[in-house]
Amino acid sequence: MSCCEPANARSFLENASEVSGLREEIRLTSRDLGDGLRQTVLSVPDIHCGACIASVERALKKVEGVESARVNLSTKRVTVNWRDSDGPAPDLIAELAGAGHASHLFAAAQESRDPALTGLIKALAVAGFCSMNIMMLSLSVWSGADEQARYAFHLVSAALALPAILYSGRIFYASAWSALRHGRSNMDVPISIGVLLAFALSVYDTFQNAPHAYFDASTSLLFFLLIGRTLDHLMRQRARSAVSALARLSPSGATVIADNGAKDYIALSDIRPGMRMIVAAGERVPVDGIVSDGRSELDCALVSGESQWKPATVGTLAQAGVMNLANPLVLTATARAEDSFLAEMVRLMEAAEGGRARYRRLADRASSLYSPVVHAVAALSLFGWLYATGDWHLSITIAIAVLIVTCPCALGLAVPIVQVVAARRLFESGIMVKDGSALERLAEADSVIFDKTGTLTSGKPRLVNTDTIPAEVLAIAVAMARLSRHPVSSAIAAGYQGDAAALPVLDSVEEIHGLGVEARMKGDVYRLGRPAWASGEKAADPGAASMSSSVLSRNGEVLATFLITDRLRDGARDTVAALRQRGLAIEILSGDAPAAVSGVAAEVGIDDFAPDMLPAGKVDHIRALQASGRKVLMVGDGLNDAPALSAAHVSMAPATAVDIGRNAADFVFLHDNLRAVDTALNISLRAGALIRQNFVLAIGYNVIVVPVAIAGHVTPLLAAIAMSMSSVLVVANALRLGRPAKRGTVPARPAPASGEPR
Amino acid sequence: MSYLVVLIPITILMGAIGLAAFFWSLRSGQYEDLNGAAERVLMDEDSE
Repeated sequence: MSCCEPANARSFLENASEVSGLREEIRLTSRDLGDGLRQTVLSVPDIHCGACIASVERALKKVEGVESARVNLSTKRVTVNWRDSDGPAPDLIAELAGAGHASHLFAAAQESRDPALTGLIKALAVAGFCSMNIMMLSLSVWSGADEQARYAFHLVSAALALPAILYSGRIFYASAWSALRHGRSNMDVPISIGVLLAFALSVYDTFQNAPHAYFDASTSLLFFLLIGRTLDHLMRQRARSAVSALARLSPSGATVIADNGAKDYIALSDIRPGMRMIVAAGERVPVDGIVSDGRSELDCALVSGESQWKPATVGTLAQAGVMNLANPLVLTATARAEDSFLAEMVRLMEAAEGGRARYRRLADRASSLYSPVVHAVAALSLFGWLYATGDWHLSITIAIAVLIVTCPCALGLAVPIVQVVAARRLFESGIMVKDGSALERLAEADSVIFDKTGTLTSGKPRLVNTDTIPAEVLAIAVAMARLSRHPVSSAIAAGYQGDAAALPVLDSVEEIHGLGVEARMKGDVYRLGRPAWASGEKAADPGAASMSSSVLSRNGEVLATFLITDRLRDGARDTVAALRQRGLAIEILSGDAPAAVSGVAAEVGIDDFAPDMLPAGKVDHIRALQASGRKVLMVGDGLNDAPALSAAHVSMAPATAVDIGRNAADFVFLHDNLRAVDTALNISLRAGALIRQNFVLAIGYNVIVVPVAIAGHVTPLLAAIAMSMSSVLVVANALRLGRPAKRGTVPARPAPASGEPR
Repeated sequence: MSYLVVLIPITILMGAIGLAAFFWSLRSGQYEDLNGAAERVLMDEDSE
């Protein structure tokens, strides 16, 4: 299978063709470019190579009304400009599905360009250009230029330093100023003072024709610090864009039936209680509502953690986010989007913001200790020299040398560079980290709480007893199941390994709502579905049946029973064992029934479990643990886990989680294998060790150089060399993390077909 | 001395041109899709 052949094309095609209102949604989320042109950004996670680019662009350009389509391989997005006519928007997603690419709309609010990053890179380029040229001139001054040339060189250096000081320095001045205004101090305060003072004194010295100027020191300081700043930003941005490239689960609107019967697709925020909306099979319920027409089954796993599907008939309450499995439903909205279950979870999450809000990043903690010390040392050397010699100029020169030499150049790089390398290692293992402090927090975790459905289990039903079913019986069942979109049918169809052409041909097939599939072949009636119904008893109450078995019958006589269960996630047992070996306490908090939870708990080897947990209950449990001094790592995927994810000290979610859960989690892992939890923990611990080593290196360097600077022996040459050396040392140390560890890491599994960043 | 008056401005000018070229390429979106550019160079022009 080549990378361009999406594994899930079939299932996606079926989804896409069913989704009503998608074309209206395309129009709704597009951006008006003026002149009747509209722009739509689609996320296509499975673009991997040049052939994919060509096929996506060719498919889109063929669509009527499309003016241009351009793929961005790095972000796995395609930007389509199309001409607006009176008809519906071009059905871009269906066209892409036809070409075999699953895609989803990218929210219009998300800007594809990042102005902050562009600003940082520009500042970095200016600082690099200026500092390199000044360094070149400084070298000639140091190697002994005559007085006249030295004066000229200093003048040119001053002119070159000006853009770096004014343009590139802004970032630091702004941050320092906002800290000072709030009565705080951060790393940027000594940097700003050092840079500005050094520049001012150098200009003064230049006009006094003094032998030394500090232009090189102040600009290369900016250059090095900007490297750290840019890396830090880059890491966070990459993770964010990778997370948003995953499929969105909540619809941005719904198809509403007006009183006169007209169907209209309207935005989520415009839905009012009392409106009647259509939810197609495979769609998620947009706002809370009561079923007013239709009969189907609902998958509540992401909402409540229950693995059992709930039957839905007229009068059933469906919460926002619940997936409609079988047949189209008409719901009467009972709440607006901002009052529905989803919004409730958001409010709980905001209230739950726990460990994270209080957590201060290591670099911030270091700088809050460091910057007062730097200020004090610089001020002391100023007054000390002033008292000893009475020479203002000499004293200020030495004070600036102290400021520059102690400026946390290596310190500013020490943390971001390690985190960038660690984030890269995590990316390679299919784990995305939202921000650097998450790595620090993960290293501190001492207990792990798992959600059950979708986290410890894969959340996808699977046929388990393929071996015991005769091949010809399985073939008939698969032939019937292929035509239904019910998850049990999909599980049976997926359990068939043979050739689709070899399947028996059915004469007629009918899907009976909520019961199963009935087919006729050569005069016999075959039924695949709920045991009671298939074996010919009178149609039983659908609620009493279990999801775990399905029966195939011929004329009422049972041919085979298909056992279907929600399988454990790969590596779940190993991961639990590995985590326990690290000495972490492990628990399960689930919204599911006690029997289901205890079964899974016994299987993975976890003794502590709590079933029937409500979202608020999970939060309270985590709060209680944290109050007793524990640092909790929460791993969960559902909407009901989202508040717990934000309450925990650090949190992880699989890529299949609801978007709100993915946004709440610090880490998102893409592979199916739960081993990612252990891998992330391992990398974060090693990153923590490297950061501490880097701090020791950076501070050790200061301990050696500062006394020399206070004694007044640091020339600009020495300062520049020492500064660069310490930065290079810190970077080299961080890169050690890039190498695989000698032991304790698992070989990364091959990537799944979609959603894998490169 | 006099040669420096000519050479140094030339050096800086050349550097500044490089910097300007970088800004131009940044602005025209050449760094938006580095992976895609690597693949596109191998693609045939659309034959349709």
